[in-house]
Amino acid sequence: MSIEKFITLKSPCVPLPIENVDTDQIIPARFLKATTRDGFGENLFRDWRYDKQNQPVSDFVLNNSLYSGKILVAGKNFGSGSSREHAAWAIHDYGFKVVVSSFFADIFKNNALNNGLLPVQVSEGFLKKIFNEIQKDTKVLVEVNLENQTITILSTGEKESFEINNYKKECLLNGYDDIDYLLSIKDKIVEFEQSRTV
Amino acid sequence: MGKTLFDKVWDSHVVTQIEGGPSVLYIDRHLIHEVTSPQAFAGLDQRGIQVFRPQNTVATPDHNVPTLDQHLSIKDQLSRIQVNKLTENTKKHGIQLFGLTHKYQGIVHVIGPELGLTQPGMTIVCGDSHTSTHGAFGSVAFGIGTSEVEMVLATQCILQPKPKKMRITINGKLGKGVTSKDIILYIISKISTSGATGYFVEYAGSAFTGLSMEGRMTVCNMTIEMGARGGLIAPDEVTFEYIKGREYAPKGKDWDKKLEYWKSLKTDKDAVFDKELVYDAADIEPMITYGTNPGMGKGITGSIPSLSELQETERPTFQKSMKYMNFEPGSKLIGKPVDYVFLGSCTNGRIEDLRAFANFVKGKKKADSITAWIVPGSKQVEKQAKEEGIDKILEEAGFEFRQPGCSACLAMNEDKIPEGKYAVSTTNRNFEGRQGPGARTMLASPLTAAAVAITGKITDPREFLAEV
Repeated sequence: MSIEKFITLKSPCVPLPIENVDTDQIIPARFLKATTRDGFGENLFRDWRYDKQNQPVSDFVLNNSLYSGKILVAGKNFGSGSSREHAAWAIHDYGFKVVVSSFFADIFKNNALNNGLLPVQVSEGFLKKIFNEIQKDTKVLVEVNLENQTITILSTGEKESFEINNYKKECLLNGYDDIDYLLSIKDKIVEFEQSRTV
Repeated sequence: MGKTLFDKVWDSHVVTQIEGGPSVLYIDRHLIHEVTSPQAFAGLDQRGIQVFRPQNTVATPDHNVPTLDQHLSIKDQLSRIQVNKLTENTKKHGIQLFGLTHKYQGIVHVIGPELGLTQPGMTIVCGDSHTSTHGAFGSVAFGIGTSEVEMVLATQCILQPKPKKMRITINGKLGKGVTSKDIILYIISKISTSGATGYFVEYAGSAFTGLSMEGRMTVCNMTIEMGARGGLIAPDEVTFEYIKGREYAPKGKDWDKKLEYWKSLKTDKDAVFDKELVYDAADIEPMITYGTNPGMGKGITGSIPSLSELQETERPTFQKSMKYMNFEPGSKLIGKPVDYVFLGSCTNGRIEDLRAFANFVKGKKKADSITAWIVPGSKQVEKQAKEEGIDKILEEAGFEFRQPGCSACLAMNEDKIPEGKYAVSTTNRNFEGRQGPGARTMLASPLTAAAVAITGKITDPREFLAEV
């Protein structure tokens, strides 16, 4: 099987300048009862997005028609808390391809990468610049280039490079799937099992 | 150069190392539950493959299950489908399941240790972040996502970058009324919810070695709340004594062999950590959280920070949190009214936690204004509590003793704290809406929860202990 390829993306951004956005906010536990991976986007940020009467909260960014795009830009320590992959599924299902933050929680980062959702970690300064530019122009375009590992604010030309391990980069560029890789080295795994003494 | 305990366990499980990428890590023990496994089994079906080593995986339903009338069919349709799916999938693939009415059912991180499935030197994973709990036995244990659950089912391996290493040392004697929960809430309040991201933590020093296994599990359980992949404590006589004789513990010659290996599981004297933190046990008092992440905690006699104590960048998130909690920055914690008390979860739902709570409330009465739910971590904990008469003590003091499950910790079942209500909870997360939409959670130890349940407001448990 293969995952969705990621090469480059040029898109306006959706700003969420809140720190420590935890996975319970991204997708509350009561929506984890599905047995498939589909449809979680509907409940992305559910309790920030809708009020008690299930009416859209007008000042929440996903309900603001000024903002759109495939890049979610969030405050530091994004995705902390629960290991629920549903958080990555919900963001991806909603239509985002990239999440930009100055810091990501580990498990969220792994989950995102396993679903073709690219976490781009930038410096605090660069994050602030993106937020500032979005404030000036809600349609400002940001370009993410995975091959070169760069993120560029197109209006100002400001650019920063980001880290990703080579293995994951190759997987995303080519749509390779981790399980296919692991299945391909099954002999090695069996050999490892047989070599163990305790 | 010497190796840390973490290095020893991790390195001995590396099947192969991908250059410039993650390790292929072999997994000894895989625990699954109903919420994060169905999509992984569906993935196997799509690929047309079977579970590679079904004997290395154990399953139990916990997140969704009701805590009353478990012998009846689950009322909530979606929960019922998810739990049934776990039964179906485990049956199809020959995986051991401790189902809802089984004598070993319970919260996955409570049953692993109590059945002796959790052992020193193992790699243990589960699609649940609190898998870090099992690190209390000197194992490398951490939470994974569903794609990784599928990897383990398919190949008994996952791809993981090796984390950096941190050691947190606390020596000295804990004060009266200060528990393992207070230690971990204290550490998180010092380093924040991202203070250990990218690290695997080893806990060292007398404050940890002096704890029971239950206490160590509470500490390791909440290691994830500071962002770490996991936390571990070197196994010692307390560990070996706990494991010996349990259902799935090694027996006879196998025990001797394993024990010899387990005794070697220590950090070498000359091993180097990427980061070291040291605290003094005497500085820790009973802790309670006031905000919407576990790092927003304080000693119970303290006050919520005022805006002037915070850096400008921290203020918007703090103010959002204060608005949600309806707390005034700078206000005292003691005396704030509380509506609900919840004792339970993989953090504090073990027998020792029930004993501490029951000892405290024995001969007292629950405050009328408090609704309290006492939920044991497993069927075995429930049984033992009944054998010890804990259920009677609780009932006499006005408390309801329920059946095992994750319950109000994440409110996937009916046990939800109503909107706007304040709950003092022995759980692990005080995120917005964690215990129900609009619920306001304050995390604390079982002792503090007991004191609050008696008085109806935030109370320092030491006030009562001093009377004894």
